[in-house]
Amino acid sequence: MPVNFMPTPQELFRFAPEMLLTLVATIIMVLEPLSGADGKRKFAVISFLSLAAAIALSVAAAGDPGAAFSSMIVVDGFSTFFRILVMVAGVLTILISTNYLRMEEHESGEYYALVLFSIVGQCIMVSANELIMLFIGLECSSIASYVLAGFLRDDKRNNESALKYFLLGSFATAFLLYGVAWIYGTTGYTNLSEIRRVLLDPNSNQNMVVISAATALMFVGFAFKVSAAPFQMWAPDVYQGAPAPVTAFMSVGPKAAAFAMFLRVLMTAFEPVKDRWEPLLWTSALATMVIGNFAALRQTNIKRLLAYSSIAHAGYIMVALTAHSDIGTAAAMFYLASYTFMNIGAFAVVTYIARKGERHVEIQDLAGLSQRRPVVAAMLTIFLLSLTGIPLTAGFFGKFYIFKAALDANMVWLAVLGMLNSAVAAYYYLRLIVVMYMQAPSDEMEELPAPSVGIQAAMFAAAAATVFLGVFPSVVLDYAGKSASFIR
Amino acid sequence: MNFLDLIWLIPIIPLIGAAAMLLFGRKLSKSAISIICPGAVGASFALSIGAVMQLASLPEKAHQVILYPWLPLLKADMGYLLDPLSSVMILVVTGIGFLIHVYATGYMAHEHGPRHGGFYRFFGYLNLFVFFMLTLVLANNYALLFVGWEGVGLCSYLLIGFYFHKKSAGDAGKKAFIVNRIGDAGFILGMFFLFQLTGSLKFTEVNEVLRSARFGPEAGVFGLLSLTALLLFIGATGKSAQIPLYTWLPDAMEGPTPVSALIHAATMVTAGVYMCARSNALFSLTPETSHIVAAVGAATAIFAASIGLVQNDIKRVLAYSTVSQLGFMFVAVGVGAYWVAVFHLYTHAFFKALLFLGSGSVIHAMSGEQDMRKMGGLKDKIPVTFRTMFIGSLAIAGIPGLAGFFSKDEILWQAYSNPVLGSKILWAVGLCTAAMTAFYMWRLMFMTFYGEGRMDEHTKHHIHESPKSMTVPLMVLAGGSVCAGWIGMPKVFGENGFMQALEHWLAPVFESGKEVAHAAAGHAAEAAHHDTTTEWVLMGLSIGAALAGILLARHVYLRLKESERPSGGVLYPVLYNKWYVDELYDFLFVNGLSLGGGGLMAKFDREVVDGGVNGTAWMTRLISRISMWYDTWIVDGAVNLGAFSVRAMSYPVRFFQTGFIQSYALVFLAGVLAIFGYYWWVH
Amino acid sequence: MLAPITTGHYLVLSAALLLIGAVGILMRRNVVVIMMSIELILNAVNINLVAFDKYLHKLNGQIFAIFVITVAVAEAAVGLGILIALFRNKETVLVDEIDLLKW
Repeated sequence: MPVNFMPTPQELFRFAPEMLLTLVATIIMVLEPLSGADGKRKFAVISFLSLAAAIALSVAAAGDPGAAFSSMIVVDGFSTFFRILVMVAGVLTILISTNYLRMEEHESGEYYALVLFSIVGQCIMVSANELIMLFIGLECSSIASYVLAGFLRDDKRNNESALKYFLLGSFATAFLLYGVAWIYGTTGYTNLSEIRRVLLDPNSNQNMVVISAATALMFVGFAFKVSAAPFQMWAPDVYQGAPAPVTAFMSVGPKAAAFAMFLRVLMTAFEPVKDRWEPLLWTSALATMVIGNFAALRQTNIKRLLAYSSIAHAGYIMVALTAHSDIGTAAAMFYLASYTFMNIGAFAVVTYIARKGERHVEIQDLAGLSQRRPVVAAMLTIFLLSLTGIPLTAGFFGKFYIFKAALDANMVWLAVLGMLNSAVAAYYYLRLIVVMYMQAPSDEMEELPAPSVGIQAAMFAAAAATVFLGVFPSVVLDYAGKSASFIR
Repeated sequence: MNFLDLIWLIPIIPLIGAAAMLLFGRKLSKSAISIICPGAVGASFALSIGAVMQLASLPEKAHQVILYPWLPLLKADMGYLLDPLSSVMILVVTGIGFLIHVYATGYMAHEHGPRHGGFYRFFGYLNLFVFFMLTLVLANNYALLFVGWEGVGLCSYLLIGFYFHKKSAGDAGKKAFIVNRIGDAGFILGMFFLFQLTGSLKFTEVNEVLRSARFGPEAGVFGLLSLTALLLFIGATGKSAQIPLYTWLPDAMEGPTPVSALIHAATMVTAGVYMCARSNALFSLTPETSHIVAAVGAATAIFAASIGLVQNDIKRVLAYSTVSQLGFMFVAVGVGAYWVAVFHLYTHAFFKALLFLGSGSVIHAMSGEQDMRKMGGLKDKIPVTFRTMFIGSLAIAGIPGLAGFFSKDEILWQAYSNPVLGSKILWAVGLCTAAMTAFYMWRLMFMTFYGEGRMDEHTKHHIHESPKSMTVPLMVLAGGSVCAGWIGMPKVFGENGFMQALEHWLAPVFESGKEVAHAAAGHAAEAAHHDTTTEWVLMGLSIGAALAGILLARHVYLRLKESERPSGGVLYPVLYNKWYVDELYDFLFVNGLSLGGGGLMAKFDREVVDGGVNGTAWMTRLISRISMWYDTWIVDGAVNLGAFSVRAMSYPVRFFQTGFIQSYALVFLAGVLAIFGYYWWVH
Repeated sequence: MLAPITTGHYLVLSAALLLIGAVGILMRRNVVVIMMSIELILNAVNINLVAFDKYLHKLNGQIFAIFVITVAVAEAAVGLGILIALFRNKETVLVDEIDLLKW
């Protein structure tokens, strides 16, 4: 069989954003030891620009959709959506990181290189159509995140966060791989479309027990990455311990990419055996929402509270996955987009409040913020309202479409329980607003310096996007609706 | 000038006011704020009048303005609909809203708030509220209505918690918000089902589809339509404080009094009634749900009224009264008399706003005191407040000729004449409630304005009539409380274009509902074939109930005190202090029950009240005891359960989230094994 | 005469390695040993992949195994780096002494 190993220019073009980012990240790594303090400051600008260029390249590549490298990756509406999403998350992360790193005296090119590598991994995850590619993307993203979580290596919380993330993450990946190996063994393929074909083939005599077990193991790996119950235990500790901008990044970028991968694997490869995994998803979605929301009720640390809230949001998205329909996929895509903006926005504010050494991350540190920094308080209010799901913010339509998808799929109970859960969630988000607006600042609080330009830019951009998606949801939703069918 | 195409400006003007306040309010002087914010609502009111006048000349009596297609998927646009129903609502919201804004400029004048931020913030929120409320009533589809619905909830939350240095205020705000979220879950679900059933969320299209032959009435069965209507009603119970979601409203009285008047009496809490009236086509197709609505409404009415009998906080009495009156409106919705529900909504807005603002004026005079046991004898000291509140209390009690009489009587008549089984019970409950309403309102009046002053010397010294900015709105509202009902008189008084103006004006909106109802029951649900004699008799009965309530209150709260005076220290200690009366009720009733002896109770009763009113007093005490019991054990129990579960949840979290990597790995493996176990079990 | 070694034998070996690795992760206190246990599971995966390749007469699995080995090396390097940073601050490599972040 003659095989042409040389990729065509067309294929290279489809992979161009990843190549650009890898190249830039490598150059930054090389230049890092050669540059002084001034030079290091430029790395933020370089990585910012390269991400902007990569976004432009992704848009350009979307004009010529199709597979590349023997169908190992595929560029379609779905992957373009998520590629742009994770890159935008990266841009916002860089904006809130620069000042933070300077403040912690840890400014270095490695940080930006790691962010870029992580984004490359996420881009591969969302466009992979192949279990090997998927694994490589996943590891590329995760290994970079492990390092980022422990980036301030003199901080005990950072060390512990990174170690926990690393040990539990590799543990989960090992299980995922074990499942992948069994899928390969039973179907003979690692390509998602081929696996679907084999599973649909009535003549192929599949051992359903093995398929179930393998699906379950893969499910475990994905559930870990998206922090779904009962594999969510790592998230609160890791999110709390990592540097605030890194937490912002981890809670959106890798999560969005993991959900994209989850969706594609479920909808493309394992759609034929959906009655196997549907009950798993159903239970896990419910458990995730309940655990996330109820555990968040008693938290006093804002980062930890947002970590539990992030678990709860993963639960809502799992509801959309359980619906396994085009509407469900579109709802999950829309939700992830809105979640990216509102969560990064909230973490931008947390980064700002925390100040040097992250000494101010308790809820009480927000007291009287409305008087000390009214604009910041207003921004955080927008993000929290959106996380609560108040109309005219992105979060409302996110939930709205997810529950609509669940009802369309006749999962009335899951939808009802989900809505009750979101009512519980109102309680702890509101508590933050109450503290900001209804408690006077205590006298011993130090002066809050004005937020840096980067944090301001990230905050305003995220708030604008949150409100925009709430007022004109159809712009993104139409696109998501059109792309949802690609992964079937 | 074509006002009809400018209706989108009606909500936008207060929004601009709110934005101006929240952005630059800090820099503005109080007098500037006092002009801008009431002015914005006043401008909306003027626009509304213009638009409604032009609407009246349109043959189709409806006008839509679509700003842009918002959610094409749900066929919901950013669009406004002006029709007779929304026109009544916008006039009430902007008109009464304007008066309350003016009043608030006086009431909040001394408000510095922490760091002097209070005044502009207050008016900013108030204008924002008006914006959302107008969005709610002008929306042409359920999705936009829901935007307003959530928005008013949010503003209500902000305004309840306005005195944020008071912890109870913050808690009350949170309670209101969270209870409302539970109702909202029902509303959203209802909206989903409605969309599934009709393929649209636009009012006009939904009604059209529901009127088409595709949907038969669901009489005798509880199908999808009934479920949808029930879910929407659950949403309404949250916003309009009906059983079982009413608990937030009395607590909401922690907010400043103008807020209580505007949000928690005149406008926001009626949103549920409005929404049900808006969905009349749906509700008339679902008799089963309508029965539930009527039953819940009646139960809430009598239940809240009975709690109102024993409250001592002047604003809490009014709060329970509001809950009770909203119950009346839902009775009207439940028996299919939608226009009457809107009628009562509209008259209630006048007299309840008046009573709240009056109570605010009293509190103002009393240097912030809200306990009626520490009031008394204010009649001559604050005469304007007294006279206007006197009119308001007559109106709510249902004295003929005043606004409350016509609307309440129409509800009672519609309940009685409804052919549905159990309608007589609705009527009887309504009548009892009417008597209780008269009693608690006049108890409030007698305790506050009559008799001896029971305040301390310092407070007494400070009592003063409120400034003009507060008394003028009171007088205007008092005028409204007298006249507002004249456009909805019963037909037995004579029929002409003015006396039934409201019914005719609203008729096009409820036409669709009526048609379906006709088809549904096969009989005319409207009260076309009046039995004139019965109607006169019933009217007499309800007047009698109102008078009985007032006289009983007068007996207990005026005469008993006088009879105690000569005897000095000889009588029971409780009688020296008149403010022991409520505790005495408790004491009597609890003892009576525990001893199981009617005789002992009768003996006590003879000593306290005359035999003639014995039975009624006993009944009201019984009901109020039961409702207090419900409030203490069931409602508070549920709230405590919530708090308990929050606390209880922290144990499993602490148990599993130990911080040890290996315990996480163990949970992880347990998860894997559980999944395998599940598959093993399935096979 | 020994019975020939079939694919089944490899799979049992792999499962045994998985089990040993999982138990090691749960039971051992030293982070380095835990990392070695994770390597065991990854090697169980590799054995599986190669055994399936032999059974299916394909090459995908072996390519996959090479990638797994490569990535595992990178992962171990990063893991050791993280552990050394932690050790410098806390002077411990025992997992039950690392519980600053909890609840």
